[in-house]
Amino acid sequence: MADNTIVIEPVTRIEGHAKITIQLDEAGKVADAHFHVTQFRGFERISQGRMLHEMPSLMARICGICPVSHMVASAKACDEILGVTVPPVGVLLRRVLNLAQIVQSHSLSFFYLSSPDLLLGFESDPALRNLVGVAQQAPELARDGVALRRFGQRIIERLGGKRVHPAWVVPGGVSRPLDAEQRASILEEIPDARARAHRTLEWFKANVATWADEAAHLGEFPSLHMGLVHESGNAAYSDGLLRVVDGNGWVLADGVDPRNYWDYLGETVEPWSYLKSTYFKPLGYPAGIYRVGPLARLNVVERLGTPAADAELAEYRERLGRYPSSSFHYHYARLIEIVHCIDMIDEILSDPDILNPHVRARAQVNRNEGVGVSEAPRGVLIHHYRVDDDGVVRWVNLVIATGHNNLAMNRSVLQTARHYVHGAEVKEGMLNRVEAVIRCYDPCLSCSTHAVGQMPLTVDIRDAEGALIRQVSR
Amino acid sequence: MSVLTLVIEGQDVAGPAGRTILQVARENGVAIPTLCHLEGLSDVGACRLCMVEVEGQRKLLPACVTTIEEGMQVTVNSDRLTAYRRRIVELLFTERNHVCSVCVADRNCELQDLSVEFGVTHFDLPQLHPKATVDATHERFGIDHNRCILCTRCVRVCDEVEGAHTWDVMGRGTEARIITDLGTPWGQSATCTSCGKCVQVCPTGALFEKGRSVGEARRRRPYLPYLVAREGRAR
Repeated sequence: MADNTIVIEPVTRIEGHAKITIQLDEAGKVADAHFHVTQFRGFERISQGRMLHEMPSLMARICGICPVSHMVASAKACDEILGVTVPPVGVLLRRVLNLAQIVQSHSLSFFYLSSPDLLLGFESDPALRNLVGVAQQAPELARDGVALRRFGQRIIERLGGKRVHPAWVVPGGVSRPLDAEQRASILEEIPDARARAHRTLEWFKANVATWADEAAHLGEFPSLHMGLVHESGNAAYSDGLLRVVDGNGWVLADGVDPRNYWDYLGETVEPWSYLKSTYFKPLGYPAGIYRVGPLARLNVVERLGTPAADAELAEYRERLGRYPSSSFHYHYARLIEIVHCIDMIDEILSDPDILNPHVRARAQVNRNEGVGVSEAPRGVLIHHYRVDDDGVVRWVNLVIATGHNNLAMNRSVLQTARHYVHGAEVKEGMLNRVEAVIRCYDPCLSCSTHAVGQMPLTVDIRDAEGALIRQVSR
Repeated sequence: MSVLTLVIEGQDVAGPAGRTILQVARENGVAIPTLCHLEGLSDVGACRLCMVEVEGQRKLLPACVTTIEEGMQVTVNSDRLTAYRRRIVELLFTERNHVCSVCVADRNCELQDLSVEFGVTHFDLPQLHPKATVDATHERFGIDHNRCILCTRCVRVCDEVEGAHTWDVMGRGTEARIITDLGTPWGQSATCTSCGKCVQVCPTGALFEKGRSVGEARRRRPYLPYLVAREGRAR
C-alpha cells in the first residue's frame, strides 16, 4: 500500500528547528501525530566546570529572543548560592528588564510569526503570508508590531547596554544602577507603546469571531495550567511562587517554592524528540499534562495588577470563560500581557526610588545549591545549579517553558491534524494550520533543547506500517 | 654610554646602547604590537607579535629582546609582518577555548583588542578545543586555563616584583600550563602572598578576581606605575 505518512519539515515561523509527523491509518484518517524537536544543544553539560559568576551571561546565550528570562532565572539561582538578599531596587530593575523582554518577544510572536495567518488567512498564498504581506494589507498593524518590538528592545538596551545578551544581570542584583536620563527616555516612549498595544488588542477582538473554527480545533482540550503568582494573587514575572490549577479552576498546588519543583514536576524523554516532556507528578504521566505561558498565566492569576489590563482580562474571561482551554487563545492572552507589561514598566519606573544606586549585593559562595525561576515570555523557566565550595559549577538542570508545553503541543498537533487532514492529499492550508497550532505556544526550541541555526518545520505523513508517504518541507 | 643611531620605519632615531628596538620605537612614537611584554618586567620574547624586519637579516627578530645597533634599518609594518601577526592572534585564539561573550575580561582584554586591530573576525585554522580546567581554590582569585595564552607575565611579576615565585610553567607545547607551587592547587600554595599582582598583569581573562561577572574584570593600573618605575632595571 502507498505510504501514509505526512512530514512537515521544517516548521516555519517558529523559534528553532522542528518537524511534525502525521500518521494515517488504513482508511487514510489521522491515527497519530507528533511534534519533533530536531536540534540538540547541551548547555547543561557545557556549563559544568565554569565559574558561578559567569552563569547568567553564559545561560543567556541559550536564546537570542528571551536571554533576559534566562539571565534572571540564572541570577536568582546564583543569589541563592551566594545566600544574599538582592537590594529591592535591584529586584525591580531585573523585573523591568524581564517585562520589556516579554513585550518584545510577544510582539515578535504575534506580529511577525502569527499575524500573517490571522490577517491574511490560513489558506492564503504562502509567498505573501509573512510580515511583508501584512505590511501590504495592513500597514498600521505591521508598524505597530515593529514599534512594540523596538520599544521592548530599547528598554533592554538602555538598562543593560545591549539589545541582545546584555551582561547586566549578575549574581546579587544588577551591575549598574539606572540613570535618570535613561529612565526619562523610557517613560517618554510609554504612551506611544500603550496606544499601539491597545489598538492591536481592539483589532484582535473585532476579528476574533472569524477564527471560531481555529479556536475550536487548535489545541482545545482541558489541561492543567502552571504559572508564577504573587501572594496577592497578581501576576508575577520575575518573582512569586508557583500555582497549578486544573481546567475547572481547582487549585492543585499553590505557594510552591520553586526550590521544590522536583516534588511536583516529572521529566520524561520520548524517543522521537530531543525535547524532554514534563508532567505534573501528582497526576502522573501523561495525565499530568499542563500548559504554561500567557494562556496559563491568565488562568492561574486572580488578576494582573494594572487597571487597564485587568479590564481587558475581565472582558477576556467574559468572552471565553474563566479558564479558557484552547491554545488558540494564547494569542489573545499574549496581547493582554503586552498591555499589562507596558503598564507595569511605567509603574515601576515612576517610583522615584528606582534611581537608588544600591542595586547589588556581594558575597562568596555560601550554599552549594540554588534554584531560580522566572516567567519567560513562553512560560515558567527553572534553573537549578549545584556548585562546589570554590564556586565552580558541577551540575545543572534546566526546565524550559517549551518543555512544560511539550505534551500539550503534541496533543494539539494531533487534534488539529485530525480536524484538518483527511487522506494523503493534503492542502497547504491544512499544513499551515498544523504549524499554526505550534505557533500559538510560541515555542522556543533553541531554549528547550538547551542547536544552532535558523528556524525552519517538516511534516511527515506515514501509513499504518510506518512507511513515509509524503513529506512537506520548506 | 654611547648613543647609537638607526632608522625605524623610515624615521631617523637614536638611543643609548643596550636599549631594545621596542623601547626606542615606542619612545619615538612608532607602535609595535605586544602581548607578553610589560613595562617593568623582564622580556622573554614569547608571543612573537613584536617581530620586525631588520635589513641584512634573513630572520625576523623580536623587537622586545633585540638590542639596537648602529646603522640598523628596521621595518615595523609590512604585509608579511601583518600577515604573521594576524596568524599569531588566530593561533592564540584557536589553541584554547576563548569565548569573549562570556569572559570576565570582555572589552578589557589585550588579546581581544589585537583581534580587533588585525581584523580577526573568523578562524581559518581548526580550533583545538583542549580540555582545560578552572582552578578556583584560592579564596579571592581563580585561573581559567581556557583563557591563558602563556605570556608568563604572571610568572615574571610574581618572581621579579613580589619575590614569591609562586607561578611557573609546566609541560611543553599545547600541553604547557601555568602552575602554582610545582602543580599544587592555588588555594594550597605555601608561597602565594595573595597580593594579586598576577591578576592585575594578566592580558586576558585567565586570571580573575572571584565575584566578578562577565566583562567586569578591571586591571587596577596603580600597580603599573610601580612596574614602570622599574623600567630599565628589569634587563
